[in-house]
Amino acid sequence: MKIAVCIKQVPGTAQVEIDEKTGVLKRDGVESKMNPYDLYAMETALRFKQDYGATVDVITMGPPQCEAIVREAFMMGVDRGIILSDRKFGGADVLATSYTLSQGIRKAGNYELIICGKQTTDGDTAQVGAELAEFLGIPHVTNVCRVLKVEGKSITVDLDLPMHIETAAIQFPCLITVEKGIFEPRLPSFKLKLATADRKIEWLALKDLDDRNEMHYGLNGSPTQVKRIFPPESHSGRDMWEGSSGELAGRLFQMLKDKKFLQQAR
Amino acid sequence: MMNNQYKAIDPVDIDYLRSVCGAERVIAGKDVNDDYCHDELAGIHCRPDVLIKPQSTAVVSVVMKYAFEQNIPVTPRGQGTGLVGGSVPIFGGIMLDMSGMNRILELDEDNLMLTLEPGVLLLEISKFVEDRGLFYPPDPGEKTATIGGNISTNAGGMRAVKYGVTRDYVRGLEVVLADGRIVEFGGKVVKNSSGYSMKDIIVGSEGTLAVVTKAVLRLLPLPKFKLSLLVPFPDLSSAIETVPKIIKSRSIPTAVEFMQREVILAAEEFLGRKFPDNSSDAYLLLTFDGASKEEIDLAYHDAAQTCLNAGALDVFISNTQERNESIWAARGAFLEAIKASTTGMDECDVVVPRRCVAEFIKFASSLQDKYHIRIRSFGHAGDGNLHIYALRDQLGEEEWKHTLGQVFNEMYGRARELGGQVSGEHGIGFAKKGFLADSLGVDIIGLTRGIKAAFDPKNILNPGKICSG
Repeated sequence: MKIAVCIKQVPGTAQVEIDEKTGVLKRDGVESKMNPYDLYAMETALRFKQDYGATVDVITMGPPQCEAIVREAFMMGVDRGIILSDRKFGGADVLATSYTLSQGIRKAGNYELIICGKQTTDGDTAQVGAELAEFLGIPHVTNVCRVLKVEGKSITVDLDLPMHIETAAIQFPCLITVEKGIFEPRLPSFKLKLATADRKIEWLALKDLDDRNEMHYGLNGSPTQVKRIFPPESHSGRDMWEGSSGELAGRLFQMLKDKKFLQQAR
Repeated sequence: MMNNQYKAIDPVDIDYLRSVCGAERVIAGKDVNDDYCHDELAGIHCRPDVLIKPQSTAVVSVVMKYAFEQNIPVTPRGQGTGLVGGSVPIFGGIMLDMSGMNRILELDEDNLMLTLEPGVLLLEISKFVEDRGLFYPPDPGEKTATIGGNISTNAGGMRAVKYGVTRDYVRGLEVVLADGRIVEFGGKVVKNSSGYSMKDIIVGSEGTLAVVTKAVLRLLPLPKFKLSLLVPFPDLSSAIETVPKIIKSRSIPTAVEFMQREVILAAEEFLGRKFPDNSSDAYLLLTFDGASKEEIDLAYHDAAQTCLNAGALDVFISNTQERNESIWAARGAFLEAIKASTTGMDECDVVVPRRCVAEFIKFASSLQDKYHIRIRSFGHAGDGNLHIYALRDQLGEEEWKHTLGQVFNEMYGRARELGGQVSGEHGIGFAKKGFLADSLGVDIIGLTRGIKAAFDPKNILNPGKICSG
């Protein structure tokens, strides 16, 4: 089985600065890391590799410094890395990103399974996986929280939906996006770091893709208009309660319920 | 012999204490919550006759003055997270719940000192200073402990290898003496050769000499970059024997912890989440910090190579908040997880010279077969402080006490032979008094009691702890 995992480099902390005019992330001078949700996607793929003998490729789009996360993927056991990097890809919204990834994946090979994380920690849109599947013309399911079985030409998974768990069987080739916690991601290995230090990474630019129309990529290919971007409001009030443990527990339960922090029990 | 004859608390005392402390701050008799009658491990349960929640040094002073005149025992308490019964009021009397005195009073950025009240929690300190680019290095596992409790036990924690322990960061203390006088020891000075270092006698005195009401802590600039290495080994011996090689190499880790597979599995079950790796029998966990990424990269490469050369199966790198969280969440839950896996347990918190760690752990482990009980351990391999737990499991009360006594005698005996001490960081409290007396010997215990008598002639401050009757 050939598996591709889509990964992204994101800022290392939650304090992300965003250019207020363009709505684009300011990456200069910011420590970065692999999108934490992508670690779950990669771990899922690496378990398939262990259990079924798959090969795992990672593909990412970004500026040249995103090589760091591909190297890190190698340190976790990934076989091959592909980077889509071109100034013309810059400023892409989810649609242009998904399209660029779909072009890159078509170029990279025929995959039975494409795995994406639930979302990224910088944009938080959670749309790229689904849009990518549409561009590739393959079926997809999102919110995968468990893999039940892999049999012949299909995979059976549980989907963690707001009010219930849905079990779905989906035929290859397909795309799944996985939930945080589906597996505990492994840590990068120093031994693999030494062993893969010289491994080549494949770089793809616009000229390497089938569709070379600039208007389909980057800012040009992005219909999204960012009106305003701002950090979410936060409150740090403190409320001290005194009372018996029974009273306090009841009061706390009521407060969590009123503020809608409690999900309906399944 | 020290005095243990105290006046029993009566309604007149309660009325007086209510009049000076405020009625709502004085809780008497059965209204005292059971939480105040025990700590997290020591297995003793004693009820204070009256619980006082002071809000100021002045109130502590008034209470001590009264207790001194009336000959009533007083036990100060932080969050009750101790493990040796230090905060349990063995003789009843007054308990001072210091957790309400929890204000951060001043951050002096010119002197890099933080002044605070004793009830501030460790997790509040680290949040406060780290938000401002500063660093309070002592890092005990129990983050909901108060700084007052940490000062009282001279708490250590994970970063001791590189940064030292609580005592190294206490610069000044305001304390209330047994008779109610308020004095200050030390201050915002870096050097001090002015007579006996009284603040250092108070640190680690477990509330037996005075009540700490204010502390001045030394801070450092925050090292911006952190990285941990989780290093699997084929067995515990090869893991522990690698530690001196790492310490000898150029880079000093902030922490060197060892852990065994069985403890990791217990933590996984307890937390309901998986550890990043559980395939090996033994692990070392190394942490590095530094001002730049380059500095850390250099340090960890050296250490990783040292480990591989010493027989490590691999070296896993934890370089992001999420990864560190997945490791340290488990590490932080070890104690609770072991506790949940058995019916009862007791702990040996010995500290031995670093080069003897491997020998001591092997010895402790060998007692499992000899006495037919389960023994679990994890701890700070880098500073020689071990946490070894004897588990009760199916043993009956008498059998458990008997076996535990034998096992602990063996362990403390061996620690003594190796040049070790009874407690690395949890203190003596009530539970380890006998072992301390054996370990220190008559002369030193005599001196210790002399110091106790100088501070507390009526033996009313936390009686029955460390060295007092």
